[in-house]
Amino acid sequence: MRGAPGARVTGAGIVRAAVVFGGFLAFPFVFRQHWLINMAFFALMYAGLAQSWNLIGGFAGYISLGHVAFFGIGAYAEAILFRHIGIGADGLVPFFVLPGVGLAVGLVCVPIAWVAFRTRQITFAIVTLTLLFVVQDLAFNLHALTRGSQGLAIPPPTFSLYERPFYLGVLAVFALATLIAWHVRRDKLGLALFAIRDDEDKARGVGVRVGQAKVFTFAVSVGLTAMIGAVWAYYLGFIYPQFAVDPLVQIGSVLPVFLGGAGTVWGPVLGAMILVPAQQWLAYRYGASELYLVAYAAVFLGIMLLLPQGILPSIRATLDRWRDRAAAPEGAS
Amino acid sequence: MHLFVQACILGVLIGGVYALMASGLTLVFGIMRVINVAQGAMVVLGAYLSYSLLTRLHIDPFVSILLTAPVMFGLGVVVHRLFIRTLRGARREELSLLVTWATALGIEGVLSLTYKTTLRSTITSYSGRSWVVAGYRISELRTFGFAMSVAILICLSLVLTKTRFGRSVRATVQNPTSARLLGVNTDRVSGFGFGIGVATAAAAGAVYGMIYPFNPGSHYDLISRTLSIVVLGGLGSIGGAVVAALLLGIAASVVAVTISPIWASFVFFMVLIGILLLRPQGLFGIRERGAL
Repeated sequence: MRGAPGARVTGAGIVRAAVVFGGFLAFPFVFRQHWLINMAFFALMYAGLAQSWNLIGGFAGYISLGHVAFFGIGAYAEAILFRHIGIGADGLVPFFVLPGVGLAVGLVCVPIAWVAFRTRQITFAIVTLTLLFVVQDLAFNLHALTRGSQGLAIPPPTFSLYERPFYLGVLAVFALATLIAWHVRRDKLGLALFAIRDDEDKARGVGVRVGQAKVFTFAVSVGLTAMIGAVWAYYLGFIYPQFAVDPLVQIGSVLPVFLGGAGTVWGPVLGAMILVPAQQWLAYRYGASELYLVAYAAVFLGIMLLLPQGILPSIRATLDRWRDRAAAPEGAS
Repeated sequence: MHLFVQACILGVLIGGVYALMASGLTLVFGIMRVINVAQGAMVVLGAYLSYSLLTRLHIDPFVSILLTAPVMFGLGVVVHRLFIRTLRGARREELSLLVTWATALGIEGVLSLTYKTTLRSTITSYSGRSWVVAGYRISELRTFGFAMSVAILICLSLVLTKTRFGRSVRATVQNPTSARLLGVNTDRVSGFGFGIGVATAAAAGAVYGMIYPFNPGSHYDLISRTLSIVVLGGLGSIGGAVVAALLLGIAASVVAVTISPIWASFVFFMVLIGILLLRPQGLFGIRERGAL
């Protein structure tokens, strides 16, 4: 199996990672227009969300439709925290607490994951989708904590480099997610997750600790998601239940995975880099969010029906075919 | 006590309508193991169609179901043909979730373009009327809606048990491969089944639009409730869906009057989590290898 877990670290792989991350790092210093940095922020945000989702949805094959619930929890955690303790003189404290937010949400989700993983496949998807509505309901109803539909404000940052710290913050979380995805794919955990995706009962039969692997991966995945939610909340400065726990954000973090290639490391990133600019262009071109919904649905259906494997696996399969064809005459003669 | 009984009456009446929505969802799952996440959006579409027919052509919503149900049946067949049948591979069940979600977004988008996002209500002459029986108010509208739902559910179960088509459906539910070997055109059965599922959404939508105000975004609330119902009833079991819908309808309406209406939809989710802890296959579901 090509690119299977346990693959060696190749020179080409290191160069690829260095080029991609070097490019992302240099971006805000090369391009200074606010709208470009804003777009890049959202592209990285969705790339990070897709990368985190891919850990459980792509590697283990458990389609979670409730990750955005934890995105919202991360956002509210950040907002509630900084209403009370303040963001510090340089406004950077909200970035330093991100690991804490991720860790806390990762731990909190363990009992939830334990219940959700009593189910498989479609029922798991339904349960996680329900989780989305539970958290949205709570955000609306726990008025004392979240101020309900009035929304919650975070003090604005003091720094003058308007969007750059946010960009670097979301880039850091995205890089962490990619590093984890890359490591898991080479690790024993990756093997366990792929085994679960292919046949969970057999995996359990040959001694894979499926329960542990699933819950641990889910916790890491939603912890990362929550960290991104926290950066997003600080960036926007004002959060409402319907935007912090938004089914559209959920779809936006699943779609890049399928477009780029589920279960690959770079697929979700590629998917997000294509989809987010396209989405921003649609929003700019058509303004009205309604037409944008229709266009989004059309793109989604197109990908699912025409390219169910995703871009990277399709390219890989084509390259393999070419290589086989090139090698075939020699083998025959 | 009076309040409690009143809440139970309300719950049973609205539970009947939820049963109709959920039966379409669970029927489709039984036949082709596909969860139609767009069922909620289709209920909302049905509500808008009935609303338009009432305001433009003055056709009573209960009558207009005779028009909207066949149209929505056609829509279901088309959606199945274009998006569900074309999915191939081992993971088509999971992919179908995402595809039907995209369908829901598309419907929401089209509805927002045509009707804007303001809340609408289908209001008829009997909307506000109710009977008073032994001190309890019984809304005429909700009673008609309940009666219609029960009638449609009875028809549905008669079709499934007494007709040739129903036999092919049940054969496909039990074992698609054997059904195909015995000459059942499972593709056509699936298409018809999907169409019927969507047609029940048309009927349920007409009633829903008269009871609650709705806008294109209402479908999320609906799908989360109906999904809880079908999981509680056991995926694929129509009888289970009916019992679950009535139970949850009563529970939600009791919570709404005794605690607060804002926690009513929460009941659905709490019951869902409880059922997963105690009996993951649902009330009437069968434990299958790989299904749960």
